[in-house]
Amino acid sequence: MKTKWVRITNCGNIPLREGRAVKVGDREIAIFNLGGRFLAVDNRCPHKGGPLSEGIVSGNTVVCPLHAWKVDLECGAVKKPADVQGCVPVFRTRVEAGIVLLEVPTAEVVEIRPGAAAIPVFQQGFYGAGRICSKDQSEA
Amino acid sequence: MKKKLVVIGNGMAGVACVEQILKHAPKFEITIFGDETHVNYNRILLSSVLAGEKSLDDITLNGLEWYTQNGIQLKLGVRITDVDPVMKIVTGDDGCVTSFDKLLIATGSSAFIPPIEGVGKNNVFVFRNLDDTRALLERSRSGARAVVIGGGLLGLEAARGLQVQGCDVTVVHLMDTLMERQLDFLGGGYLKDKMERMGIKVLLGRSTTAMLGNGHVEAVAFKDGNSIEADLVVIAAGIRPNAELGRKAGLKVNRGIVVNDYMETSHPDIFAIGECVEHNGICYGLVAPLFEQGKVLAATITGNKGPKYEGTIQAAKLKIMGVDVFSAGNYDEKVPGAEMVRYEDPALGIYKKLTLQNGKLAGVILVGDASDSHRYMEWLRAGTDLTALRRQLLFPEPVKDGGLDAAQIADSDTVCGCMGVTKGTIIGAIHEKGVNTLAQLKECTRASTGCGSCTALCQQILKAVAPEFQEDTRKTICKCVPFAEDNLREILRSQKLKSVQEVLEIYGNGAGCEVCKPALSYMLDMLWCGDHDEDRSARFINDRVHANIQKDGTFSVVPRIRGGVTSPDELRRIADVADKYEVRMVKITGSQRIDLLGVKKSDLPKIWEDLGMPSGQAYTKGVRMVKTCVGTDFCRFGVQDSISAGIEMERRFENLFTPHKVKMGAVGCPRNCAEATVKDIGLIGQEGSWQVVVGGAAGKSVRKADLLITVEATEDALQAAQLFFQYYREHANYLERTYDFVERLGIEKVRKETVYAPQPVQQALLERLSKSKALSRDAWLERETPVHPTQFVQIQPMENVLA
Repeated sequence: MKTKWVRITNCGNIPLREGRAVKVGDREIAIFNLGGRFLAVDNRCPHKGGPLSEGIVSGNTVVCPLHAWKVDLECGAVKKPADVQGCVPVFRTRVEAGIVLLEVPTAEVVEIRPGAAAIPVFQQGFYGAGRICSKDQSEA
Repeated sequence: MKKKLVVIGNGMAGVACVEQILKHAPKFEITIFGDETHVNYNRILLSSVLAGEKSLDDITLNGLEWYTQNGIQLKLGVRITDVDPVMKIVTGDDGCVTSFDKLLIATGSSAFIPPIEGVGKNNVFVFRNLDDTRALLERSRSGARAVVIGGGLLGLEAARGLQVQGCDVTVVHLMDTLMERQLDFLGGGYLKDKMERMGIKVLLGRSTTAMLGNGHVEAVAFKDGNSIEADLVVIAAGIRPNAELGRKAGLKVNRGIVVNDYMETSHPDIFAIGECVEHNGICYGLVAPLFEQGKVLAATITGNKGPKYEGTIQAAKLKIMGVDVFSAGNYDEKVPGAEMVRYEDPALGIYKKLTLQNGKLAGVILVGDASDSHRYMEWLRAGTDLTALRRQLLFPEPVKDGGLDAAQIADSDTVCGCMGVTKGTIIGAIHEKGVNTLAQLKECTRASTGCGSCTALCQQILKAVAPEFQEDTRKTICKCVPFAEDNLREILRSQKLKSVQEVLEIYGNGAGCEVCKPALSYMLDMLWCGDHDEDRSARFINDRVHANIQKDGTFSVVPRIRGGVTSPDELRRIADVADKYEVRMVKITGSQRIDLLGVKKSDLPKIWEDLGMPSGQAYTKGVRMVKTCVGTDFCRFGVQDSISAGIEMERRFENLFTPHKVKMGAVGCPRNCAEATVKDIGLIGQEGSWQVVVGGAAGKSVRKADLLITVEATEDALQAAQLFFQYYREHANYLERTYDFVERLGIEKVRKETVYAPQPVQQALLERLSKSKALSRDAWLERETPVHPTQFVQIQPMENVLA
């Protein structure tokens, strides 16, 4: 899959333990400042599409402002409600010279991981994106 | 005639034994002497009292009525100074002489004071009983330098308690390992790390030689020549059995009063129990043995001799929130034949060590995660053969859900180790005695009245088995900050904590969540009257952008229209704004206001500017509005000027935050057109006076408000409203509406503490309210001075992705 690192904004524009939404191409991505590192996920809650960037950060998770679904920012998995097997696309970030960069896919067609359900192209990011966590991990 | 049983000692051991004796026939005529002046309380929870987690009332085990009901004579404040085993009499320090047929010595133990010069100085304490705890609570103040001599269980708990009270705490320990009786060197190191991370200093391998200072202690000196400054010192260097009366009675005494397996001393009519006894060469200093000994002794003393006490597996759990330490059995792996299994994670601060002997568990140490302590304790007690479980010793197969955890325990397994209560006993109590709450369970079985570490398990069993299980009303905010709100308010006040993150790091799990963060934000704002460190990341989105988020991520805007009175000019501006920003819906609200719906976040500051009206706080837990009727201005029936009164009330309260939303009303006559009787605060005009009513509701709940007071002058009515308003702000739990609050406290209590409170109390409430009011401001002014450059701004990427 072809990807591209995009320069987004000064680190200082995302306050500590808050998120901000940014439109990159067709998709809106929520970037969170977790103090020393930035994590990015699709800005749509898998429940009713709520803006995750406006949620309260709780450790490595964010709580959607609409109905309090809890999403793991490391891997995109839905942590609450416990019986939901949802997942939000996650994106890799890095910081260079005080600027947050985001890795986004550029190709039209994206490989689907074996066994994963087909997802409309506009929603796709990287599922997992090198960050591993699983449903049964207890919350910190 | 009934035989006379005299019990010396009104502590946990003596009374636990008497509770058992009462279950047997024949009955004794019982007299209990206690040298403290309190009824029986739970000594091991004193550290929780010092740490602000429990109040003094919470730890009472048996109130006075228990003694009366069971026909027990209780003599408090009397110390027995002599026992005559031949005449069978005891003599008290008040000169009273009491004869006995059977005597039970349960004198417990005292703090061991090492030979240190100057221990008699002021502000040098021990930490042993309720009076010590009271004295410590009194003397520990914010910023005081406290030194705790002794790094054992009690010393560490005292240290944490003092820190919670605001002291700067150093623990000085003679040995090179904290809790060396329970932990090995490595485990002690993990514990030291945890204590230091909490901000408690730890000095190991220091021998204390003197308390320096002129009258009051000023410093603590060590053998190596160094010293540290101290405003108060607590000595927690171990305990000594109070065996003196045993010696006076001519009993066999080594370290403690020697008893056999039937709890008999060397005198046929004298018995002893608890920390003052020595059984098989061991003097116990923990709570669990008391109960086992009590059962045996009760059988022996009532002529049902048979059950034997065969010693207790020593287990200890450190009761410091967030510092899990558990140790049981013999953890020494150097014993011949012992095997060791160990796990360490320095980053997470977890250390676990098991020692095995002949395929069975011999000892266990858990630091940083003691969640499996129950399982290990059961293995120790039952002597379970672990050969088949060898691969799951440290990591059991994950439990699927919480309910199963309780279900997996066998009925014969002990749930409460302190009081020796099995799961079967608990289930029996639920089915046979109709137990539904934890409080009832405690009362009925004594389970969870010891160290309290089995409380969660008891709750689980109740939840699973009791048909009408009710959670106890004293709830903690959430599991991130496991304190009841009233305790936490006191802690934050005494600790002068002003930021949410600080609170989470010191008293919580460091992370917080959507439940506790807004609650803590409110609490800090209220406690410091607005002079706290505001952290918007801890606020719900509505309070970050001062608008109400809608299902599509847009916002709604409700300007303040005081008393529901507007003007053509204001209405024109609202209409213009609705046009200009293509507002999707304009709606008259149920609160006599106007709602503009479907607004983009980035448009908010401009809309507020164009409106030129203040925020109506329709999005927050704060002051909403005062709904009014036209009153004397136009109405034929109006007898009071409800419009002026309502607008004035709204002005006095607006921009302030409250535990939950506050909706108010003011009506000019008892026809009550603006429905003031179903508002959080209502002013009801009548001929020549106002009724001030509180705690009404007409939403999810419907409740008619209670009358707070009736007054003649409008100003007095407003002041009564102010008193209630501030009282609610200070005492309600977060998200508790006035209707629940008033119901919980009862209107009588509310009245007594507001409008009928002594003048200085009223004055203080009003002063705190006016201080908060002075620091509050219209949130929509943040359009001019945003708290962050991107508070309302949509971030644009610095480069185009398609380029």
